Amino acid sequence: MRELSYMEALREAMRQAMEKDDRVFLIGEDIGVYGGAFGVSAGLIDQFGPERIIDTPISEAGIAGACVGAAVTGMRPIGEIQFSDFVVIAMEQIVMQGAKMRFMFGGKATVPFVIRLPGGSGTGAAAQHSESLENWFVHVPGIKVVMPSTPYDAKGLLLSAIEEDNPVMFFEHKLLYKTKGHVPEEMYTIPIGKTNVVKEGKDISVIATSMMIQRALEAADILSEDGIDIEIIDPRTLKPLDDQPIIESVIKTGKALIVHEAVKTGGFGGEISAVLSESEAFDYLDAPIRRLAGLDMPIPYNRNLEYHAVPQVEDIVKEVRNLYKGKY
Amino acid sequence: MAEAKKKENMVGGIIPKMKAEDLLFKMVLTRTFEENALEMFSMGKVHGTMHVSIGQEGIAAGAGPALKDGDYLLNTHRGHGHFLLWGGDLKLMMAEFLGKENGYCRGRGGSMHIADIESNNLGAQGIVAGNLPISVGVGLSIKMRKTKQVVLTLFGDGAANEGAFHESLNMAAIWNLPVVYLCENNQYAMSMAFEKAFRVEQISDRASAYGIKGLTVDGNDVIAVYKAVQQAAKRARAGNGPTLIEAVTYRYQGHSKSDRQLYRTRDEVKKWMQKDPIKRFAKAIGKSDKDLKEIEKKAEAEIAAAVEFAENSPEPDLSTIMEGIYA
Repeated sequence: MRELSYMEALREAMRQAMEKDDRVFLIGEDIGVYGGAFGVSAGLIDQFGPERIIDTPISEAGIAGACVGAAVTGMRPIGEIQFSDFVVIAMEQIVMQGAKMRFMFGGKATVPFVIRLPGGSGTGAAAQHSESLENWFVHVPGIKVVMPSTPYDAKGLLLSAIEEDNPVMFFEHKLLYKTKGHVPEEMYTIPIGKTNVVKEGKDISVIATSMMIQRALEAADILSEDGIDIEIIDPRTLKPLDDQPIIESVIKTGKALIVHEAVKTGGFGGEISAVLSESEAFDYLDAPIRRLAGLDMPIPYNRNLEYHAVPQVEDIVKEVRNLYKGKY
Repeated sequence: MAEAKKKENMVGGIIPKMKAEDLLFKMVLTRTFEENALEMFSMGKVHGTMHVSIGQEGIAAGAGPALKDGDYLLNTHRGHGHFLLWGGDLKLMMAEFLGKENGYCRGRGGSMHIADIESNNLGAQGIVAGNLPISVGVGLSIKMRKTKQVVLTLFGDGAANEGAFHESLNMAAIWNLPVVYLCENNQYAMSMAFEKAFRVEQISDRASAYGIKGLTVDGNDVIAVYKAVQQAAKRARAGNGPTLIEAVTYRYQGHSKSDRQLYRTRDEVKKWMQKDPIKRFAKAIGKSDKDLKEIEKKAEAEIAAAVEFAENSPEPDLSTIMEGIYA
């Protein structure tokens, strides 16, 4: 089976989409000869030239505006925000313009663009280059939010996002870029809005996103030695959320642990918890729904502090064991 | 000889006489529409807020009509005139204004977000300078599709002090994008006076910072605006990049419905009324006060018909409330 890294999978998705459709182009900072801050677009400029791999000045509002304006006039842009944190500069264009345009204009405008956002901590980049901001966008009608956790999902979801006729915020994780996995060579899509049961299990449902899927999988191995069999669920798309598989899982296990890297307060875990509480799964709960998330703080620079600011494998193990024993 | 004869039929040497008469009518129509709208607002027939352009109609009359079919418009929140001069249908516009299902935006956008995607009118704008970065994308798309279109981006003096102004003008400049930036300097960003908000004498002075052409014209002079926009569009179409045009004008009414206008004097408003764009253009094309009265009557009749159409139009059905959010 052919293996690619998460980064290579993303690059292959963009390459194939651009080969297939002239309307697709990539725009962002240092994405050309430099290859992107993390190397995701490396080499694409050799194939497509500077007309379709467009290096910009450091102008995030301009990048997002370029996406909105090109999209509404028939193109299919992919914008890269160098670090997802910098999306704050582009917020107005994405939230006030791209997301609302179709609705404000009576459903008569189509705004198909993707914004790629490398996020997450673990690289020592400190408070302004390490955030997990996905839930801000979950709160915005008109936008879809995608967050792949594997190379296979990264390619299939990016291809879906590019084909999508709505704005898509595509959150990548910097620590996942080098992780490897099976990725078919042909073009394939994974539908947006489809939750994936990553690992079946009977004792506790662990609903996690992005990097936390990898950590949950490691935790599952450790927990299996204790005889605890967790089910791991990856929504993959945070908006629109495919909630049924999550509800069904919790009906089966009776226990839910939600894990994400973003800070806990106002995070996506609250949304999942609420969805479960409002569903028929409520009647099947044997324990309170638990959330394990980033501490309510900016990401610290110090290596040890940074490590402890977000959930690690051992935190998941501990939380699952407690939940299993009825200790909360 | 033929050339001289042709010139004779042109107003200001560039606007065909027939077209000029239509522009004058639409300027009057805009003012009548807005006066009527203000009245409907006080009668409680329309809700929310609105931003009228009374006193600024000269820019709308000179700008959109100087472009070609197929060009794009990015409008502002004070854009009723630009919408009408772009060829907007008064009845559908009025229906939108009253929030009706058959309005341009199915009653979802209202005065501040009115658009007509079919005619490449990409909409009015509720965020000051919000349309400036979008024009980069439209310009880029035109360049990539090689369609020789132009995008006209309107904004006010207030927008020129937003960060988005800088990002947008610079990107359009470095890539030679076909954007005509038209700043309607009406002297006030809500209550903030132009003199207090700028150290440059003219907003167009900023063009040099981006290495593009900039010029200031009298915004109450339709012919001057028309010329400037036409030339800028020609440059843009030829691949010579964007232009920053500043059109100096004045709004007679407050910023919006809630404005008590404590920041200016009645004398100042009166002084600007002496330079009224409608009266000036009427004179320029040889219309008497009596002619103007006739035109006003015709405009009022059209408005009355549009109001009747809009009032008899259906409300959006509640079952459709969630429509149009996603494609």
